[in-house]
Amino acid sequence: MSAPSTGLSLADLETVYDTLAETLDAVPAAQRELLLVKLALLQAQALGDAARFAALAATARQDL
Amino acid sequence: MHQPADQPRRSIYYDYRVHPVAPRPPTGTDAETPVLVVGAGPIGLVTALGLAQQGVRCVLLESERQVSEGSRAIVFTRRSMEILQQVGAADGVLRHGLPWRFGHSHYRGQRVFRMAAPHDEDQRFFPMTNLQQQYLEETLLDAVARQPLITLRWGHKLTGLQANDERGVSVEVDTPDGAYTQRAGWLVAADGARSAVRQLCGLRMEGAAYEGRFVIADIRVDLPLPTERLAFFDPPWNPGNTVLMHREPFGIWRVDYQLPPGETPEQALEPAALKARIDAQLADIGHAGAPWALDWCSVYSARAMTLPDYQHGRILFAGDAAHLLPIFGVRGANTGFQDAQNLAWKLGLTVRGLAGPDLLRSYSAERVAAAREIIDEASKSTRFMTPPTAGFRLLRDAVLSLSLSQDFVRPLFHWRTSRPHEHRDSTLNAPGDDDALFDAGPADGAPLPNLRLDDGSHLLDATCGDAAAGFTLLLAGVADTAARGALLAAAARWQARGLPLQVLLADGATTVPTAVSTNVSTTVSATATDNAPEAASDPAPRTLPDASGRLRRHLGAPAAGAAYLLRPDQHVCARWLAPSPERLDAALTRALA
Repeated sequence: MSAPSTGLSLADLETVYDTLAETLDAVPAAQRELLLVKLALLQAQALGDAARFAALAATARQDL
Repeated sequence: MHQPADQPRRSIYYDYRVHPVAPRPPTGTDAETPVLVVGAGPIGLVTALGLAQQGVRCVLLESERQVSEGSRAIVFTRRSMEILQQVGAADGVLRHGLPWRFGHSHYRGQRVFRMAAPHDEDQRFFPMTNLQQQYLEETLLDAVARQPLITLRWGHKLTGLQANDERGVSVEVDTPDGAYTQRAGWLVAADGARSAVRQLCGLRMEGAAYEGRFVIADIRVDLPLPTERLAFFDPPWNPGNTVLMHREPFGIWRVDYQLPPGETPEQALEPAALKARIDAQLADIGHAGAPWALDWCSVYSARAMTLPDYQHGRILFAGDAAHLLPIFGVRGANTGFQDAQNLAWKLGLTVRGLAGPDLLRSYSAERVAAAREIIDEASKSTRFMTPPTAGFRLLRDAVLSLSLSQDFVRPLFHWRTSRPHEHRDSTLNAPGDDDALFDAGPADGAPLPNLRLDDGSHLLDATCGDAAAGFTLLLAGVADTAARGALLAAAARWQARGLPLQVLLADGATTVPTAVSTNVSTTVSATATDNAPEAASDPAPRTLPDASGRLRRHLGAPAAGAAYLLRPDQHVCARWLAPSPERLDAALTRALA
């Protein structure tokens, strides 16, 4: 197991926040869901950890 | 009264022949047969041929008077070809069959996945062979006609089940000349997806039915394309859905396409709707305006279901009567052949009194396990081909989109082709053998690979013909003549008891060793009467040429040799680095349950 990620710095988190918002705004509303699913698959591939992905999916499902 | 169609079915490439209705057995005769096989489709025909190889007589009922309507099952796997070879029908399939091994998946005009089914120079048969089911049935019917132990009754329909107990079954059969009662020791239900036997028994399948419906259309069209599996995802003319194309012999192409949700089968099969869609598909692959003619069409919905038990008293279910499997991955007939092969030897030995009471239980256990494994795999393919929910559809669409640029998603297009089930947990496998000590070769439960031998023949050629009915003791490089002689003597004792068992010697020696018991050849019977299986097995060992030692190495046998015990369906049930007569006896006792 690799060491747990320390996460993003606040500055980087703000950059991700803006990037994601601008990416979503750049596509038609009907394609946003598809784009997010593609992004999730790309992130899962980069993460390389199916169990961690499942835990993140469960976290995302909370408090909707 | 049952009135089967008496006019030939229509086809633009196949000449249907209407067979005469078989005469109704005279009333008052006590019609009884050891085995009654219901349904003369591919599975019923292979089962009947396998029983006949066991020396077991059967009556085969077919409600129609001609072979299958339309091409139906068109792709036969390598394992199916091996099974067909065993019952003497492979050459007929190869005569016109189209061999292939590549699959291509297309999306937005790009080829996003290419599958190559494993193939090497060792193999006698290609991974896949395409042939219309009518021709396959014709070939099997030719083999049946050469087999005096099979009585095929065209135009006889099973309509009622009167008894099913330890004395056998009794069924009502209707014909154009009136009804009759047929009694049988055992009944094999090979009567297809809408099995009348299954319904008469009140049995329910378990599993899932999928929403997606497909049109299956056979057209004659001249397309300069090789024999491959072509899949087209989300084509412009059928957004969100999938189209499959396969080349068939005689200039025919199979086109499968998914229906838009809400469309009925009747609407989909209207000539104008068919024409517009097939024209659009041909245009999409760069052949706009290519002239074509329709031969046959049907609507199919994917189901993944099985009976939980293939034995119901004296009734045994096989093929689509036992399970319904999605077509993606060619799992219908190819699974059914494995059922038929598995069932034929077990039922044959049971009828002949050579099997223990649990041998047929192992048929159900092994083949239900196989069906469940297939359903699990097929369901993954089906979820990709025809996504059942909004979530699965989103993921499928995301993968399609990513596949244009991202290699890592492309293996998800693989459709997991039918493959032989390995009966690893079978009760017939010898528990105390040396399976775990081998570092190569087929494990207990797996089928023997069809390796090419030094003389150009193949390993499974040695389990065809007269040997098809029997067990095989394969000695690979057992050089110790005393040990070998003891094994041959033990094998001869089983042969003398009537068990069909052949011995194969794979070694560098060019002559058959002399340590052969010859006094058992008296079991070869010249009187081929009812249930006369005595001639099934040759008591003298046969030598497989292996001067190169290649076969021995592929079987994982060290220089000192090894032995494999194969069931009549060529699956390994024991293997030893240190074989002995006692271990052979124990393994055969186990394999006969």
